Formats: sequence, structure tokens, C-alpha cells
Amino acid sequence: MSTPGPVRLEGREKVTGTARYAAEHMPPGMAYAWPVPAAVPRGRVVAIDAGAALAEPGAVAVLTHENAPRLKETDDGALLVLQNDRVPHRGWYVALAVAETPEAARAMAAAVRVSYAPEEHDVVLTPGHPRLFAPDVVNPGIPGSRERGDFDSAYASAPVRVDATYTMRALHNHPMEPHATTARWEDGRLVAYDSCQGANAVQEALAGLFGMDKERITVVAEHVGGGFGCKGTPRPQVVLAAMAARHTSRPVRLVLPRAQLAAIVGHRAPLVQRVRLGAGEDGEITALAHEVTTQTSTVREFVEQAAAPSRAMYVSPNSRTTHRVVALDVPSPSWMRAPGEAPGMFALECAMDELAYAAGVDPVELRVRNDSAAEPDSGKPYSSRHLVECLREGARRFGWDTRDPRPRSRAEGRLLVGTGAASSCYPVFHMPSSAEVHVTEAGRYRVRINATDIGTGARTVVAVIAAEALGVALDRVAIEIGSSDLPAAWLAGGSGGTGSWGWAVHKACRALIEMVEGRGGTVPPGGLTATADTTGDIPSDPPHAMASFGAQFAEVTVDTDTGEVRVRRLLGVFAAGRILNARTARSQFIGGMTMGVGMALLEGSTMDPRFGDFAERDLASYHVPTHADIHGIEAHWIDETDPVLNPMGSKGIGEIGIVGTAAAVANAVHHATGVRVRDLPITPEKLLGGGTGAG
Amino acid sequence: MEPPETTSTVTLRVNGVQHSLDLDHRTTVLDALREHLGLTGAKKGCDHAQCGACTVLVDGRRTNSCLLLAVAHDGAEVTTVEGLAEGDALHPLQAAFLERDGFQCGYCTPGQLCSALGMIAEAGAGAPSLVTPPAEAALSPAPVPLSPEEIRERMSGNLCRCGAYGNIVAAIEDVTR
Ligand code: FES
Ligand code: FES
Repeated sequence: MSTPGPVRLEGREKVTGTARYAAEHMPPGMAYAWPVPAAVPRGRVVAIDAGAALAEPGAVAVLTHENAPRLKETDDGALLVLQNDRVPHRGWYVALAVAETPEAARAMAAAVRVSYAPEEHDVVLTPGHPRLFAPDVVNPGIPGSRERGDFDSAYASAPVRVDATYTMRALHNHPMEPHATTARWEDGRLVAYDSCQGANAVQEALAGLFGMDKERITVVAEHVGGGFGCKGTPRPQVVLAAMAARHTSRPVRLVLPRAQLAAIVGHRAPLVQRVRLGAGEDGEITALAHEVTTQTSTVREFVEQAAAPSRAMYVSPNSRTTHRVVALDVPSPSWMRAPGEAPGMFALECAMDELAYAAGVDPVELRVRNDSAAEPDSGKPYSSRHLVECLREGARRFGWDTRDPRPRSRAEGRLLVGTGAASSCYPVFHMPSSAEVHVTEAGRYRVRINATDIGTGARTVVAVIAAEALGVALDRVAIEIGSSDLPAAWLAGGSGGTGSWGWAVHKACRALIEMVEGRGGTVPPGGLTATADTTGDIPSDPPHAMASFGAQFAEVTVDTDTGEVRVRRLLGVFAAGRILNARTARSQFIGGMTMGVGMALLEGSTMDPRFGDFAERDLASYHVPTHADIHGIEAHWIDETDPVLNPMGSKGIGEIGIVGTAAAVANAVHHATGVRVRDLPITPEKLLGGGTGAG
Repeated sequence: MEPPETTSTVTLRVNGVQHSLDLDHRTTVLDALREHLGLTGAKKGCDHAQCGACTVLVDGRRTNSCLLLAVAHDGAEVTTVEGLAEGDALHPLQAAFLERDGFQCGYCTPGQLCSALGMIAEAGAGAPSLVTPPAEAALSPAPVPLSPEEIRERMSGNLCRCGAYGNIVAAIEDVTR
């Protein structure tokens, strides 16, 4: 049985191979670029000898900080490429080779000789690092530290306490399509096909960097091979491609080599999270502290808001949520699917499991007892919150009630079997967007909006929203998305795409209906067009807190000989507003949960202290889940009606699936083995040393 | 002394059409398809035989085309995702991927499709996999039944970061059952 709901509108192009991605446009006369990454972790470029590179057959140019076009300042220093001789981290681009063919460009890049004046580098995050500081704000502009009540006294007097520290290494987004741009200049206009999550943000960044009017820039992102956050902000490839195209007066294509992504496109920074929970005998939380230590680069301050979910999840009359960060000589971290919530909920939800054992309360029941009708931090009531219903429905479907809570209580041959649960959450974001809807005399509709489909099914869901608002069949509605020439709209990120785009599309559709009604229900020969902009509609300080919630349940087996953990079953139940297209929504939830399995068991890269680089830079060393790792994943949802959110009653679904998965798996591993692994990923050696009875 | 030749004329038969190309000896089959023939269906995800996005059928067998130098495959018969449908009629596997939502961003999809085709043929020819029960493997060349576990094992060279695995396996089962 397949899930009901419209099939992806661009699905046919994708299965026949005709959908064109950023690197699949070939303007006549195009040249190919290949970047040269810095080979030292910190220092200065002293000299660049491009002689051998330029002697390669097919060589066109070598761009360096000495000859590249000058860029204007921007607040994302990672975009200021080839502007000076500084090397802020290993892998930073110091030159760009341009050639007639991809083979020649690559050979040229290898032949560029760069001399450096290296400087002492500092690339290792330690909990006591002397340069740690408490940032005022963390991503996405929320306070770095919050205190409510008196945590210290409440914790000191709590009869049940948990104090645990959770750690994880850097995580990398690794969408299957590497970052790529095909750029060309034409009569002072710049056209860039860019693999990004939002063409307007890229257009604006380019306008700022090149000091030009954004009307003279078109950015196209028609099909995008995944993003997961690392294409959410403009990335260096589009800047480099535009610079190279200007420098060589030719169209230029740049595809970032996979092994260079880790240092260039952003990642989830390593995190140390200490969680302290103080509770009554019944498990009700009286004191909660979530203290995060992480790193950023010297290029850009990005602080993963891992303590943020602890401000929202559970009753906590006395609460402390803080972040500390140190700027190291490392690549710049950035957005990765569910920034804040994904790692923060790993820590909080493992701590909740530890509290359940400490208090002798069932882990699901413990979460139910600590549910909060209002957002604890702001005191605002939730527009809708069905965490408890997700926990109960998940427990029912999973068969949680038959669980023997004792760790290590189930074995099948050499396998230990365990189950674990965790909550999920993700806030709702709406950002101003605009849209246009046109109707022809024949009653066919065309919706134009710069939404971006990075695999979410954006085209399809925009069509669903428009058809519903117009009261017409889906096949009467054509959709145009993926270009900055269309009405401007928010990017595909923060799970805010559908809500933001849908709001604008809905508004434009309503306006069109009124126009038609105003003409007595007739459409003139040239058709009618309505536009809408939601800038004035989205409250800046809404009276409600808004978020999606969910519950995840995992069953794992742990091999007592090898320490290998396998996820046998993974069940998610979500309450995420109205689900607009069940078919694609289910895929999104499952996709997030799949990435969560990777976070739990496979993913993580190691900073090489000597060379200042991530050791795992390619898909052979940085392990993401494969077919063989994934089975038995199920996603369900609770129908939620919420008139406060937006005209569709929808919440975002792109990120919540990854939130809570790693905790559910880690808690199941503890249940199976009795070993509490607080360091991700849960690789075999962490269990073999820990008394699984093996090794 | 003459400088060594760095290009050669290579003939590839792609989706039934013969092409004669002057190619740099460093050009891979993947780049020959994408850059020289404009067949961008096969994707480049890693260029290092680590992701499967570039999977095509070469002489009937699935292979990572980023790892093949075109000059070493003169005369090869190549089938890409563009060659699967018959005119407007999708190949049953393509139709099943659509129906099962066996993809999200679509970037791994051409590789998954070609890999699935090759995989079905391999199992049909009796090639065992890591998870084939020894008793069944001993029956080779009798076809190996494609259980979901067999499909997952045999498709594990094709990564999907969007996490469409469950739907891909369901789509393949729709065709093999
Ligand atoms: S591109 Fe060939 S395997 Fe990844
Ligand atoms: S569909 Fe996006 S990588 Fe598979």
C-alpha cells in the first residue's frame, strides 16, 4: 500500500533523469573551475606559483587573492573568498583553477604551488578551554543564557537527581548533490544556477558582495539534490563561480569536490552538554539545567542552540539554559537539520530516561507527567500541543505496555534486545513571502512563488494549497518555483517553507477569487492576476508559542560478540498541524528519522589536532545510513487542528523527524545492555568495553 | 620525441545510439555521459565510487561510472536512466518509484533505478549476496528470491541522504513480487 496524497509534480522528471540540477546547465563556451584548499590550519599565504598550473593544456586562469574580483563586506565571513592572504582554517580556499575541461581544471588545481607562513593553531574543543565565552545570542538569534527561578537551591533539595554529560563529534550534512553553481555574466547581469535552499537569499548575498542592484541578478534553483541546512545560507561556491565567470568573461561551472565539503559548507559543531534534572519522588521536574559547550570558527560566529529545547519541553519552575562557545581555527559550523533541537533533545531525552530509572517511573509516563500546557520559558500558551497524545499513541502502536523495564531483560541468542522512547519537538517559523496567482479565461491557474524544492515536495504542496484555496482540482493549477525572478519568498529551511509559502499563496488565491467575484464571476480574455505579500500578516511577537511535537520508539539489538547495534524497529508519531500531503509528509518524517539513526549509530567526524582538519571527509569514511541499516521505520501522525498558525493550519515537518531519534536509540541500547552510552555515535567499542558480556 | 597522445576516439553505444567521441584519457564514463553527451541523468555524488549516484549499466552490469575511464571502455554498451522508459511509457520500476515516493530530492534516484535493474538481473542469474542463506546459495545458478533483506543488502552501494530507503525497497518489491 502506498500512502495517499498527490504524487510529486516533478517526479516524472526525476525518475527519467530529465530534471536538471545546478551543474547540469551548459551555457555555450562554459569553463570548469576546481578549488585549491589551504594545506595549513592557520597562517598566511606567502606566495602562489601558478606557472605549472597555467602550463597545463586547456588552462584558462588561476584566481587568487591577488587577482580575484574585490568583494564588499558581509556578515558571513565564509563568503569572503580570495580577498586576502589569511588562512583561518585548513581547507579554506586559497585559489581557484579554471580550465576548458573538468579534467584540466582538476590537474591545474593540483599543480598550483602555494607557500605558507604557518602560525600556531588551536583546533580542539575542551570543556575548560580558556577562551570559552557566553554569547549573548545563539542561532537563530535567541538568548544565549536564560535563568528562571532558583535552579541551584531547587536542584540541591530535589529528592531525585540526574547529572549527566553528553558528547558528540561534528556532524556533516552531506546532501547527495554536492554544492554546485553554473554562473554567467551577460551585459552586466549575473545569472547563477545554484544548488541552494533559497534563491532570494543567494541573490541578496551576491548583490551585497558584488555591490550591485539585486534586480540585475537571477539565481535559479529549480531542482536541488538535498540540503539539510548546508545550502540554507549562500555558500562559497556561488561566489567563486561568479568571480571566475567575471574574471574570465566566460560562463563557469564549479562543483565542490565531495572531500572538500566538510571544511567549506558548514557542519554541526561538536557539543558537550551537561544536563541536570532535579525531581520529586513522582518524577515531576523541579529543577532543570542544560549547559552547552561548543565551538565556532574565527570566520563566523555560529552557536548551535542545543539548550533551546529545554526551554520548551517540560515543566521546570527552576531552570538554567546556557551556551558557551570558543572560536577555534576550524571550519565554520552552520545549519544542519534541526539545529539546536537535534543535538539538544539527544541530551535532554537521554537525561529523561536516566531520570525515569532514578525515580522508578515508566519513561513514557515520566514525560506525560512533565508535560506543560504553556511554554515554560515564555509562559505563553501553546497554539496546540499534543505531546501526550503522541506518546500514548506511539506506546499503543509500539506495544510499550508489555515492556519489562529492567535493563538486560531480553535476549535472543547472542543478541540483547531493548526498547527506548524519546520525545520530539520543533518550533514553528513563519517568514514573510510573496506570491502571484494568474487565472486564464479558460479557468487554468498558474502560481508563481520562489519556493525551493530540496526534496520536500514543495512544488506539490504549493499546488495542493492553491487548489484548495481556489476550490479547483489539482490538475488545473500549474506551479512555477525555484527562481529569484519569481515573487520573493522565504527559503526551504527551519521547517518554515510550507507555512510561509502557503500563507502567501493562500492569500493570493483569496485575492484572486475576490477579483473574479468583483467582475461578476467572469475572467477577461487576458486573464487576471492577483499578488500577495504576507509581510504585514505575520505577528512579530505572537501571543502563542507554536511548535510541533512527537514521540519516537526504538527497538534495538546489540550483538554481544561484536557490540554492533542494529535498529530493528523505529516508530514515530507526530503532531505537526494539518498534514497537507500525506505521501510526501510521510517521506519527510521517515527521512528525518533515518538521519537520526545515522546520528545515533554511525555519524561523527574527528578533528585531527595536528593538521586541523576533519579526518572523515568523504562518504567512505563518514558513514551515513545505507539500505542495509534501515528497516522497520514507521511514521504516523495525529490530526491536529490549529486555527492560530496560518491559513492552512500547518506546521513544519522537515526537521522534527530527526529530533529524538538518537535518544530513543540510545535509551534502547541502555535497556538492552544496561550500558549508558553518553557519547555519539554508539559504535561497537563503546559497548564492548562496557560490560555487554562480550569482548 | 612525439608528446604522448592524451586523447583517443572512443565509441560508446548509449541507450541504443552509437556515439564516437574524442575524449581526454582522464575522462570517466560518467563525465563522457554528462559533459559530452548531455545525458545528465547519471549523477555525480562523490566521484570516488562511494555513493552509487552515477550507477549505469555497462554491458548489462551495474557499475559506478565515475570509476571507469572511458578510454578503457571503447565499444561498451551503456544504459542510463534516460534509456529506461519506452517513449512515454515509464519502466515499471520508474512507475513504482513514483507511486511509492521512492525519492525526495531525486539526486540518488537514477543510480537507485539502474542499480535496482542490475541487481534484479544478478539475483535472477543466481548470484548470492552476503545475506543469502548458504543452502540457497548452493543452488546457484538458480535465481535467488529477492526478500526485502536481500534487496537492502544488494542495494547498499546506493546511498540516499534523504532517507527514502524504505520506499525504494517497497518500489523494488512491487516490481519483483
Ligand atoms: S559518483 Fe560515482 S559512486 Fe559516487
Ligand atoms: S532522494 Fe535525495 S538522496 Fe535519495
